[in-house]
Amino acid sequence: MSDLDTIVRAVDDPELPHVTIGELGMVRAVETDGTAATVRLTPTYTGCPATEQIQADVEAAVVAAGYEPTVEFVWSPPWSTDDITPSGRAKLHAAGIAPPAPAADGPVALDLPVECPHCGSRRTRLTAAFGATACKSLHQCDSCRQPFESFKAL
Amino acid sequence: MTADLLTHVLRQADRAFVLSHRLAEWLTHAPELEEDMALANISLDLLGQARHLYTYAGELEGLGHDEDHFAYWRDADDFRNPLLVEQPNGDFAVSMARQVFHDHAALLYWESMTSSTDETLAALAARAVNETRFHLRHSTGWLIRLGDGTEESHRRAQAGVDQLWPFTGELFGADDETQLRADGIVGASIAEAWRAAVAATLQEATLTLPGAAEPQAGGLHGRHTPHLATMLATSQALARANPGATW
Repeated sequence: MSDLDTIVRAVDDPELPHVTIGELGMVRAVETDGTAATVRLTPTYTGCPATEQIQADVEAAVVAAGYEPTVEFVWSPPWSTDDITPSGRAKLHAAGIAPPAPAADGPVALDLPVECPHCGSRRTRLTAAFGATACKSLHQCDSCRQPFESFKAL
Repeated sequence: MTADLLTHVLRQADRAFVLSHRLAEWLTHAPELEEDMALANISLDLLGQARHLYTYAGELEGLGHDEDHFAYWRDADDFRNPLLVEQPNGDFAVSMARQVFHDHAALLYWESMTSSTDETLAALAARAVNETRFHLRHSTGWLIRLGDGTEESHRRAQAGVDQLWPFTGELFGADDETQLRADGIVGASIAEAWRAAVAATLQEATLTLPGAAEPQAGGLHGRHTPHLATMLATSQALARANPGATW
């Protein structure tokens, strides 16, 4: 991994400021040719409103490192919550957001009780499939009584 | 006349764009706060799909048009969406009946498009199919609750199903897309699978599948109900009052 690769992967996600785009698995490639740098990113949702912000943040980081940036979005293969790294999952959990279950090729497993990120109980229930952002659902823990968010498996 | 790929892409893009706007009209009017958020999220997913399809349409057309051109600078006659999605929202039960009809068709469409010979559409389909599964789960959940709910909610849900049923025939594409099907760009007809899936949802919702009705069609060829022009007057007003503005 080049230094620039490390810098790009360390850019924060605007919607989840505690997690980087590298940890979310959005960075597909960072290539340099002289002072020109090409960054290939895979957006999470087709309608994610943060996409333009992420592009601007990545461009600013690349410029700060002394390169001329070109940011390209690639859609194939599609992003999956399975692309989130172990450290990304740990950070989501620490922020009180239940990390996504494995998506693999299975159906959307929304009705399986999600483990509460606060107390670890499985006695939880879905309260809303669409949370404050498209990538998260809302849940209630019946053990510790805390509401919490969960990253939807996709 | 044979529909080309551009026409097909515009039909799908306009479907997603117009329905996205209709769902956005529910904001602050939905039965509960969570529903405002859910419909906003679904609207946003559809808008995202529309943006990609419009951008692709611009590439296919080759006239240098971007996504905004297709969304803001075409008139109702230029739109190619099925009539179902431009119908006014009605009450919540009508809107949920529309979403169930639409979401079943959208899921079957995107599933078939994951193996399209068109790489751009296949890549978008891989993304959209997962989003649409969430949309369908949401809309069928509501229709079942309404249909199998109180006498009043059942009556309204059945009225929504009956009212919109004549518009559903256009959800399976037009019969001028046979060449696109032969080329493997568009998959086989989803009509039968759609009918079976909708029948299963209606049965669970204790609702009655409507009988034969005079089909309402024309949207895929640019012949619309007056509701579309009224809707576009709202959605296009800002862009047309301030050409070229950015915000």
